[in-house]
Amino acid sequence: MTATTQDIRAQCRGRGAQAAGHSGLALLLLLILFPILLTASFLIGPADVPAVDLLSGLFSGQASPAALIAFEIRLPRALLGALVGAGLGMAGAALQGYLRNPLAEPSLIGASSSASLGAVLAIYFGLSATAPLALPVAGMLGAALAMLLIQGLAGRDASVLMLILAGLAVQTLAGSLTSLALNLAPNPHAALEIAFWLLGSLTDRTNDHLLVAAPFIIAGILVLGGSGRALDALGLGERTAGSMGVDLNRLRWRIIIGTVLSVGAAVAVTGSIGFVGLVVPHLLRRVTGNQPSRLLWPSALAGACLLLTADILVRLLPTNDELKLGVVTGLIGAPFFFHLLLKTRERMR
Amino acid sequence: MSLLSARNIRFARGGRPILDGVDLSVGAGECVGLIGPNGAGKSTLLSVMAGLLKADGAVALDDRPLEQWPRAERARRIGFLEQGANCHWPLTVERVVTLGRLPHASPWGGEAEADRAAIARAMQQCDVTHFAERSVTSLSGGERARVMLARALAGDPAVLLADEPAAGLDPYHQLQVMELLAGLAAGGMAVVVVLHDLTLALRHCTRLCLLDEAGKVAADTAPADLLDSGALGRVYGIELVRGGHEGAPFALPWRRLPVEMRA
Repeated sequence: MTATTQDIRAQCRGRGAQAAGHSGLALLLLLILFPILLTASFLIGPADVPAVDLLSGLFSGQASPAALIAFEIRLPRALLGALVGAGLGMAGAALQGYLRNPLAEPSLIGASSSASLGAVLAIYFGLSATAPLALPVAGMLGAALAMLLIQGLAGRDASVLMLILAGLAVQTLAGSLTSLALNLAPNPHAALEIAFWLLGSLTDRTNDHLLVAAPFIIAGILVLGGSGRALDALGLGERTAGSMGVDLNRLRWRIIIGTVLSVGAAVAVTGSIGFVGLVVPHLLRRVTGNQPSRLLWPSALAGACLLLTADILVRLLPTNDELKLGVVTGLIGAPFFFHLLLKTRERMR
Repeated sequence: MSLLSARNIRFARGGRPILDGVDLSVGAGECVGLIGPNGAGKSTLLSVMAGLLKADGAVALDDRPLEQWPRAERARRIGFLEQGANCHWPLTVERVVTLGRLPHASPWGGEAEADRAAIARAMQQCDVTHFAERSVTSLSGGERARVMLARALAGDPAVLLADEPAAGLDPYHQLQVMELLAGLAAGGMAVVVVLHDLTLALRHCTRLCLLDEAGKVAADTAPADLLDSGALGRVYGIELVRGGHEGAPFALPWRRLPVEMRA
């Protein structure tokens, strides 16, 4: 081997290590941040219970009021927040990689609002009260219908514009059907319940919610998390990806099923929480070198961190009524969307 | 012996035959130029030979039907360079070339020594090492074409199928790409390259396969013999000016033939 080739190889190794170092550092920071936020979310709440009591209640197994709060209220809320955030972050990163479009997001393509519709119908017809599994299943059915509709409307090679328009159409349809359910709600109380639920929140979510949603969200995250290499290849174009051994048909189903599982089940128990899937991958894109595969797991972790932070915020902000989580993520996310649009506009000039 | 061979390939789109009983094979050491007018089915044939498009007929890799090859193994043997290949994300050049190792990747492992060697070699062959750290979206067309070629070569394929790798490049970079492909073939690779530039095709290919507008093979022979046969002018419907330089023949498209004289 010549000296020059060895030099090049040494250089390549150095550069590779450097790039990996950046994404590694980001991942490390997230790994440190995540347990801190999870603990904070667990310790913060309206009931002023000392942290020591909460923790001892959690681990001692005694039936004290503190243990009850720890087990029945704080723990499901914190865990559900982490899971839902992770699911939305992962789905956003995977959809962006698959559609090769940094504006793709579960709520923008109508998956979230359709999942909401499914869940609203389950609540409306009282299915969720009789069968606990009905809620996530209805949410996933809604998300599945949205994904198939988007596929049919926009196709795989859709332009940004076509995709956004198809998403808008699906959102509008789901939104008006949801409004119809509100309109026809049997009594004002039921209407208010649906409306509040639609705003998206982790408040008053129980272990039952956690147990019915968690398996689906986790399954969805795992399904999407395994698509990294195929998504990398897809960035080079469909035919090139095919020539590199990627089964495009399998990848498409993988993305659809993973998104339906994670987003459908998440939205079904928390209501629609938008923009996590848009914001998180965007923030991480540069540190991960823009490579779709390196974006997936950090996005899941960062999604969990973001949602936990937002959920801590809504509890700390001194408002009369607790702000709804979906409202907060929307307030953070919408300006972000404007920012992305402005950037896209500059590129198009 | 042929590495990759297509026999009696038929393919129709919207009732119109694109390929009508096409045979083409390529062996180690050959650089086969696939030429023909627009719409003759050159890219379609290349896709069929890469296993990306199903068509009637048989494609065999190492005398074994292509569809019997496991996906990953086929991807390791056949490199494919898409027409106008590009990357949707602003990855660094080195990352893009590294993606070429995907068919060799183990499910969990990172880059092995063999991967790094292949990546470095491909980058050197295509002369992209000095801008390895730049974003691929910031490159000029010529630079990007070489990066995409490096991506295909990083996979160490036995067969390389390249769809118009020289399109849109200036003469210097056209020659650079063609010299590289001819050199790879001379080194034992089997190369099929779709070309529109007849001068490049005649100069750099060891054999030329000429498809006509009916989707049939009009000629499949050495460049000099193809020129002598007059098939080029008939199929393209043009008059060619022939010449020679340094003992090699060349031809210049000069004027269109009247419609009634076209094949």
